[in-house]
Amino acid sequence: MENSKTVMDAEGIDRSLTRIAYEILEKNKGVEELALIGIRSRGVFLAIRLKDKIASIEKKEIPLGILDITLYRDDLQSSHPKPVLGKTDIPFSIDGQKVVLIDDVLFTGRTIRAAMDALIDFGRPKMIQLAVLIDRGHRELPIRADFVGKSLPSSLWEAVNVHLTEKDGSDNVTVEIK
Amino acid sequence: MKTELNLNKLNRKDLLGIKELSVEEINLILETADSFVEISTREIKKVPTLRGKTIINLFYEASTRTRTSFEIAGKRLSADTVNITASTSSVVKGETLIDTAKNLEAMNPDIIVIRHSAAGAPHMLARILRQSIINAGDGAHEHPTQALLDMMTIKSRKGGIAGLKIAIIGDIAHSRVARSNIHGLTKMGARVFLAGPPTMIPYDMAKLGVTVHTRMEEAIEDADVVMTLRIQTEREKQCIFPSLREYAEHFSLNKKNISLARKDVIIMHPGPVNRGVEISPDLADSTNSVILDQVTNGVAVRMALLYLLGGGSSE
Repeated sequence: MENSKTVMDAEGIDRSLTRIAYEILEKNKGVEELALIGIRSRGVFLAIRLKDKIASIEKKEIPLGILDITLYRDDLQSSHPKPVLGKTDIPFSIDGQKVVLIDDVLFTGRTIRAAMDALIDFGRPKMIQLAVLIDRGHRELPIRADFVGKSLPSSLWEAVNVHLTEKDGSDNVTVEIK
Repeated sequence: MKTELNLNKLNRKDLLGIKELSVEEINLILETADSFVEISTREIKKVPTLRGKTIINLFYEASTRTRTSFEIAGKRLSADTVNITASTSSVVKGETLIDTAKNLEAMNPDIIVIRHSAAGAPHMLARILRQSIINAGDGAHEHPTQALLDMMTIKSRKGGIAGLKIAIIGDIAHSRVARSNIHGLTKMGARVFLAGPPTMIPYDMAKLGVTVHTRMEEAIEDADVVMTLRIQTEREKQCIFPSLREYAEHFSLNKKNISLARKDVIIMHPGPVNRGVEISPDLADSTNSVILDQVTNGVAVRMALLYLLGGGSSE
């Protein structure tokens, strides 16, 4: 891949996640009423890592949920065949919780719109916050992240790829000319 | 238990039978259905996926489970569902199936679910209509969504289907449930054994890769799954057994004959159950019975199909 450039390595990702974990605790003044929900698929792995980091800082476990947003996508009507559906698993009530949504890349904002619609169907959280590893810009909706690992101004002709060990065998973020 | 999918899309307009489905397609439908189970356990049992789509349930035969299941599945996906029952429609005024279908098409629905007493009726609609057609039972031919929910139930209870011994007991000849399940279960690698009165078993069943017995005990022995079928008095025009009592004497599943099966056997029935005929009441309500799980899974399987077919064309 000669057109591909690594913009974040394993240490970089880990340091960003450590900082985000502290920022989440700072903003929410601890873990009271705090819950993490990862968006399938890479958001889930990031959510698990953040949960572990928060647990080791505060010595307390916080609830973790998994959200698949496929059924809430706004481009389903026009897509045939349909994308493969994953499982949603939120084994706790989000009523009155401060929910931190976690995803790998924030781009158009449409995934987050879908995720918020899905969450509202599960209950009435006290607050929804957003944590992402990469914010690459180009928003199409009025959405911003509360916690960002790295802001990466990109052109629309570039692809930003997040690779995580759990799914891709190694940790890194690359930018590629399409 | 998650199956690795080698296929990520269902490339067909209609679902007409299990016979024409590949193992990959069956796995895709079952895995998708598995993801839909959770929605029915939510407080708000609805997702916006099929908002603005119209689904017509066209039922020319009586049904409680299948029709309600399709209607609930459609509604939980936010589609608008319309039910047409032949007995209260223009069918009683003599309208033909093709005319009814053409008129429904003129109202621009997205999916038509049809049950008809004539084998092949859904296939004819699939040819003449641009909408997605789902077969909800055609004569004694196929009932694909029932077989899919049965396979989903077996898979979730047994962790898989391949290698299992599965006995299907009863009126095989008139049963579209049996036919769809035989196609599906053998494709998925199960060993299928049939038993029933000789008048209720077509002579060439062995061609479908199953073993046929005339004594139910032989089929049940060491079985992981026993599926009993409903005696279909509405389809049996000639007298093919002396009496229900006589049938029950030889082919009713009871405490005694089920003891020949494996201890963790699951008992299935597509419903509606004739208690005391195909199965003794205490067994139908026992912990081995998964009859109500089948109904619950039916909604998830139908949601999966409505989602995968989506009312779009596959061009």
